[in-house]
Parts: sequence; C-alpha cells; structure tokens
Amino acid sequence: MNVHLSYAECPARERLQRIVDPGSFHEWLPPAERLTSPHLAALGVPSSFDDGVAIGRATLAGRPVFVAAQEGRFMGGGVGEVHGAKLAGLLRRALRDRPHAVVLLAESGGVRLHEANAGLIAVSEVMRALLDVRAAGVPVVVLIGGANGCFGGMGIVARCADRVVMSDVGRLAMSGPEVIEASHGVDEFDARDRALVWRTTGGKHRWLTGDCDALVEDDVEAFRAAAIASLDASAPVTLETLEAEHALLAARLALLADVSHEDDAVALWSRLGVADAARVGDLDVDELRALRPA
Amino acid sequence: MKDIAPGLETLEYVFPGERPAGDFAPVLAGVVGSGNLEVLVEPAPGSDCSIRIETSARGFGGIWEAVVRDFHARHPLAGVRVSINDMGATPAVVSLRLDQAVSELTP
Repeated sequence: MNVHLSYAECPARERLQRIVDPGSFHEWLPPAERLTSPHLAALGVPSSFDDGVAIGRATLAGRPVFVAAQEGRFMGGGVGEVHGAKLAGLLRRALRDRPHAVVLLAESGGVRLHEANAGLIAVSEVMRALLDVRAAGVPVVVLIGGANGCFGGMGIVARCADRVVMSDVGRLAMSGPEVIEASHGVDEFDARDRALVWRTTGGKHRWLTGDCDALVEDDVEAFRAAAIASLDASAPVTLETLEAEHALLAARLALLADVSHEDDAVALWSRLGVADAARVGDLDVDELRALRPA
Repeated sequence: MKDIAPGLETLEYVFPGERPAGDFAPVLAGVVGSGNLEVLVEPAPGSDCSIRIETSARGFGGIWEAVVRDFHARHPLAGVRVSINDMGATPAVVSLRLDQAVSELTP
C-alpha cells in the first residue's frame, strides 16, 4: 500500500532519502565532519553538525544528480557562511562534473541574520554558481514545500533556477509576511492573516501566475515524480528569455494598474483569466491545475 | 544561576562501556530546533562511551547527568562517542532521541 507522506512534515534528510532512488544518496561533508558555523557559538546559539543543509550525489530514476536539502527546523533554514558554502560548492562541482541535474530541496527564511554579511555573500555566491550551472545546460530544479517556505535570498535563488516545483502549502517570496508588516505597516500586510499570506506567496498563487512550473500535492511521492519529470527541463538564460520575462512582469503590473487596496491576489488571478478566481482557496490541487490559462 | 557564564554550556561524561558497538556508520537523529536536539553517534577507539553536550539551556548539568546515566544503563555501549547539540529539549525528548539514534545503529 502506498501511504501518503507529507513533504512539509518530513525532516530534510528524510525528504532527501525519499526523493532520490532508494539508498542512492552519498553525502558530502556529512555531520561527522563537523563542518559547523564559526559564528553561532559566539552568540550563545547551538550549532548543527551539518549547518542545516545536507549535500551530495544520488540517482533519480537511475540518472546521476546532485542534491541538497535545507533543514527548515534549524534556524528556519537560514543561510549562514558554511551552509551557503556547501550549496555553492555543490553547484560548482556540478559545473565540473556535469550531473544530469541538480535538485535543491529548498526551505529557508533567507540569510541567517546571525551571520549577517557572511550569509549575504554566501547567498550571492550560490546565485552566481547556480546561474553558471544553468548556463552550462545542467538543469537546476528547486522543490518548495516545507513549512518555512522559501524566502529572502533563497527566494531569489529559486527563481534563478530552470524549474520550480511547489506544493499548495509551499510558499515562495522575497520579503516574508512579518518583514512586510514591520516595514510597511499592518494596513499594507497583516502577517497574521494566514489566508492572505497563502494568497500572495503560496503554491497556488505562484502556479497561477507562472512563477512556479509544477504544482503538486503535499506528498513526498508527488514531489519525486515532479522532480523526475523535471530532469530534462534545462532552460538556459538567453536575451530572449529575459526579455520575455520582463514583458510578462510588465503585463502583470499593467493588469493591476487600477486595483483597489482590498482586491489583493484574487483580482490578479481573475485578470489573468482564471475562471472562478474567488474559489481558488477552496480548490484542491487537481481542480486548480485545470484553471491556469494556457 | 549568576555564576554561570553566558553562551553555550558544554558538558562531558564518560562511562565504562560493556557492550562493544563495533564499527558502524555514524548516525544522526533529531534537529537543532527550539525544544529539540541532534544526537550524533559515532564509533570511537577504546571501550568507553563518551558523551559531549553543547546546550543553550545553561545550568541543568545535574539533570543532564541523570538523563545520560539512565541512557547508559539502558544501552551500556562500548567504543562509542555521542555528541549532542541541544536547544532546550526536555529530559524525555533527550532520552527518546538517544534511543532513536541507538536503534538506527547498523554494523
């Protein structure tokens, strides 16, 4: 019997084991190497033996891939100096060794604020390395379905990738809800309004607007199937793709030229041509997939 | 509590082991999150069971000692090094994580 297993509820290492072919994961810099943060202890914060991310090689549907999984329960998946260096190193090795794809199980609030500039630099190095891998024709696939979502610098990293797979409980954005509320006020964004948070950052919204390429149920097997389907999704960045993206964003902005403050995401969906936009929140993933305009 | 220095507290315990654990792949159980901990169990030379704890909850050495003593009474492993990163886990959670890690030991 195939038991449904929530991707959101799995720890990072369990996700990793279940996404790739059974027993195929070989970890680089495993916990026993104790490559921990050089900064946290000075602040009285415990370190983690893997600095919150597992990296290595594996096979996916028999094909060699490089994989990384961020642990959202350690510091919200925050990218510190070592954590970021592990991700960047994995991507640089992918540039050298050319696996079939790189699969990144992202779950992160962004830069780990305790490590400040070191974390910021690390994220920019990850972006640069990811774009190099993408340009080399090795697809980078980002899976987003953890409880902490994918925010801040990792939100940007995700959108640098060839392909993004999300579940409906997954979230993807730059500034997180609390950050927007803190900087622009509760009238602009009420971070306690969970329906609003998911309408504006959740998987359904990202899929309807085309910011993610595949929407799946919160199920480990569904993520594995989507990752396998993404193995040949290489989409190198060209001037044409950049211009197309800019045109898409400009068109989206134009659609919202005259919306009122109360409308939020539902107005965007309906202007994008989504039938029955008001019901999106109630629909399950299968029903929603039928709604995206071609 | 006043005489406890700020920062992490490090605690170390060594017990004479009875049951050789042999050679095994290192095992990691748990995650360093609020009220949680990670336990890394590795093979070590000699016949002791050494336990090293780094915790953000300072001043609970007496309770840690009781918890790891209980653990060693349940699993008197020899030739084992246990390393713990703790973020304020309760004694019950610590015991469960230790048992979880031992249950995953495979030669």
